[in-house]
Amino acid sequence: MSFPWAKHYKPSHPLMQWLDEKLPLPRFVYNAVGAGYPVPRNLNYMWNFGVLAGVCLMLQIVTGVVLAMHYAANSGVAFDSVEHIMRDVNWGWMLRYAHANGASAFFVVVYIHIFRGFFYSSYKPPREMIWLLGVTIFLLMMATAFMGYVLPWGQMSFWGAKVITGLFSAIPVVGTPLQQWLLGGFAPDNAALNRFFSLHFLLPFVILGVVILHIWALHIPGSSNPTGVEVKTESDTVPFHPYYTAKDGFGLGVFAILYCTMLFFLPNALGHPDNYIQANPLSTPAHIVPEWYFWPFYAILRAFTADFLFIPAKLMGVLAMFSAILVWFFLPWLDTSPVRSGHYRPLFRKFFYLLVIDVLVLGFCGGSPAETKYVLISQIAATYYFLHFLVILPIVASIEKPAPLPFSITQAVLGKDDQTAPAA
Amino acid sequence: MADEAIVNASGTDSPAVHDGAGADEGVRRRDFINIAAVSFAGVGGLAVLVPLVSQMAPSADVLAESSTEIDISQIAPGQAIKAVFRKQPVFVRNLTPVEISEADKVPLSSLRDPQTLEERTKPGKTNWLITMGVCTHLGCVPLGAGEGEVKGEFGGYFCPCHGSVYDTAARIRKGPAPKNLEVPVYEFTSDTVVKIG
Amino acid sequence: MVRLFGPLVGLFFAVALLWSFGVGAIQAIREPEPATAVQVYHLAPHEPEPGFSFNGAFGKFDRAQLQRGFQVYKEVCSNCHSLHFVAFRDLAALGYSEAEVKAIAKDWSNKAKVVDPKTGDETQRDNVPADHFPKVYYAGTGNPPDLSLVTKARHEGPEYVYSLLTGYQDQPAELLKRFPDSKTPDGLYYNPYFANLNIAMPAPLADDQVTYGDGTKATKQQMAADVAAFLTWTAEPKMEKRKQTGWAVLGFLLAATVLAYLAKRNIWARVH
Repeated sequence: MSFPWAKHYKPSHPLMQWLDEKLPLPRFVYNAVGAGYPVPRNLNYMWNFGVLAGVCLMLQIVTGVVLAMHYAANSGVAFDSVEHIMRDVNWGWMLRYAHANGASAFFVVVYIHIFRGFFYSSYKPPREMIWLLGVTIFLLMMATAFMGYVLPWGQMSFWGAKVITGLFSAIPVVGTPLQQWLLGGFAPDNAALNRFFSLHFLLPFVILGVVILHIWALHIPGSSNPTGVEVKTESDTVPFHPYYTAKDGFGLGVFAILYCTMLFFLPNALGHPDNYIQANPLSTPAHIVPEWYFWPFYAILRAFTADFLFIPAKLMGVLAMFSAILVWFFLPWLDTSPVRSGHYRPLFRKFFYLLVIDVLVLGFCGGSPAETKYVLISQIAATYYFLHFLVILPIVASIEKPAPLPFSITQAVLGKDDQTAPAA
Repeated sequence: MADEAIVNASGTDSPAVHDGAGADEGVRRRDFINIAAVSFAGVGGLAVLVPLVSQMAPSADVLAESSTEIDISQIAPGQAIKAVFRKQPVFVRNLTPVEISEADKVPLSSLRDPQTLEERTKPGKTNWLITMGVCTHLGCVPLGAGEGEVKGEFGGYFCPCHGSVYDTAARIRKGPAPKNLEVPVYEFTSDTVVKIG
Repeated sequence: MVRLFGPLVGLFFAVALLWSFGVGAIQAIREPEPATAVQVYHLAPHEPEPGFSFNGAFGKFDRAQLQRGFQVYKEVCSNCHSLHFVAFRDLAALGYSEAEVKAIAKDWSNKAKVVDPKTGDETQRDNVPADHFPKVYYAGTGNPPDLSLVTKARHEGPEYVYSLLTGYQDQPAELLKRFPDSKTPDGLYYNPYFANLNIAMPAPLADDQVTYGDGTKATKQQMAADVAAFLTWTAEPKMEKRKQTGWAVLGFLLAATVLAYLAKRNIWARVH
């Protein structure tokens, strides 16, 4: 596909030849994730997370479809139907815990995948489209996860739905009508629950579609790699199968061990106890906290406590929270350094690690009660967050003196690059 | 180079590896590990199917309602009631002596599904005819148990969907149904209570 | 364009945040938030003395304890608290026979409510094993929560239930001295394990309140631990099966992952 030395699919069995003529599906798979896709030979374990994210998506779709066979999207019985799944449906407890913890696993994997992209500047040309599609997937995931969390109709479900749709009421003039339109009422109730269920079922398939585009776009320039030096010759690559199928298989095993440990031994550790209390529109939980994967953004939302230049604090918070993700769309044009990999960018690297710490601090503050000390910390952390992407990255790109790059991937791996000899 | 790696994976000849008997054995042992790893993945995949398939089987709350107790003290001879057993109708009928003798008169050889009334009831309680209210043709509910319903030309039950006619022992006599109305598993827990299922 | 507007947007947000920070910091220094009675006197829950048998990755329920806990629920808690997500048939898991479950259901004093389809009158009938525990309606002060899920609906649920039930005490004099406004209102009871320190439920347990069939001495601590164990079971009846399945799955995955690692090393040996 992308490189002239990519192996071609040659079916030997007459049946496969017939199939290849009529519907070349095996050829498609062969070229996408088979021996027909040459991949840089030096990918490290950070490159496992794309495949793992795909596995998580499939896991969520399969367990979700199965749960939908037993779940009832009606505010009168939704909570009961979840308990019915937990108690009476064969293996229902496992399927529900798998789905609930699967959401967390999905976000862990995707966050690592995104930060891999930050460190190795995977968003830089010629891979901007892959990055844009990736950010789109992340936004769709957030919407799906939020609506999924509403479905059990516990206290956090209800109040989460109320608070998140309340964000839209910050928009001047149309805000309140918009919120009522989203909910189909004045507060979350049956109408909201039913549409959230419908969309929660639909969006994963939209995600799947965008994932296919994401992978398609990836196969045009081919995968990036830890040196950030583009592939030059055949010796820089190995075929995806069996090399990366084997490596991904091992990665999948490690992932499955960690995931199953959570699923079977700490199934509620990442959930909030209040969601085991049925939704009660008359009583707000002591502190409303979203699921952990929203904490950094929730901290940014809460960090705006004072009106600024006639803009209400509430609107600023909402604008900033959405901007915190939207800014990722512009990353390919903000970071213009010609060097991709953080390994060869000493100054960038320091700021990258600072960003990691910053986001962890934001996450910690977002998960803590809204006390003054946490709000003050999150204000500083959110300041750095915006400065990092919008101010620091462009400046670093122009003042930094990168370390010398290796001549090629092969040289980086073997210390020599004799392009005529086979690299065995 | 890449070609060579693929060939090695399938274990066929390759000069790079073929440098002695020891290496040959090494190839086989290594192949074994690859095959074992893939087999494990296959077994794991199959194991995942178990919960995915069995979740569709009846759940514990459905199974808990798989037996029903019916009070029959209010059913006079010649009357019948419809009760619910496993979300399906069950007919409990108190036969009159005339109905019993009518059923006994029929020669077995003339029946499509030969069974005597005695075989279809409990000993000493031949007047209590307990059958599923599900036509053995395609599962409609036959008429004849409710008050004022048509009992059909044999005085038992009549299925309006496709015209199956059952006699006073609920045996198929006419129409498309292949079998007699099914007699569920039941027992008399007392003279007035029947436990079905 | 992006390089021009990006930094401006970034600075805009940064200045707005620092403005919020400044306003908040000045306010925090000028008028520090006063400590509250809850912050000072609320206690974290703790386990009963020998610990719960079901905690830990190998933990199992103690059937005798669950039966004792059920007895405490039946004789004490069930007067005010529902257990609606549990069915009588579920009690078989506590070690009761089918006949015993049937008898428990039949003798349960809170009868199942049914509407006569002919008259529309509400009547009642004996419970059967397939029924869930009937809802309890409570007319007094407070809203006694349904207990089916209570141990999952609180942080450290089993410990919380135990600590709460054994934690009733007089309001400390020091507390009243320091926070005179926080005196426990009439009709509420001081309990340092309750979220806001003042709970509507009076202390429900006293020594020897129930008589255990198995001869266990019914101290307050014993009954609290037993009922906490029982409520852990009601919240997560599949816990033992979950852990058991977990160990089998992890064992399999460990073996599969080791094999996958060896296979990966094998395959990569060809290019290194």
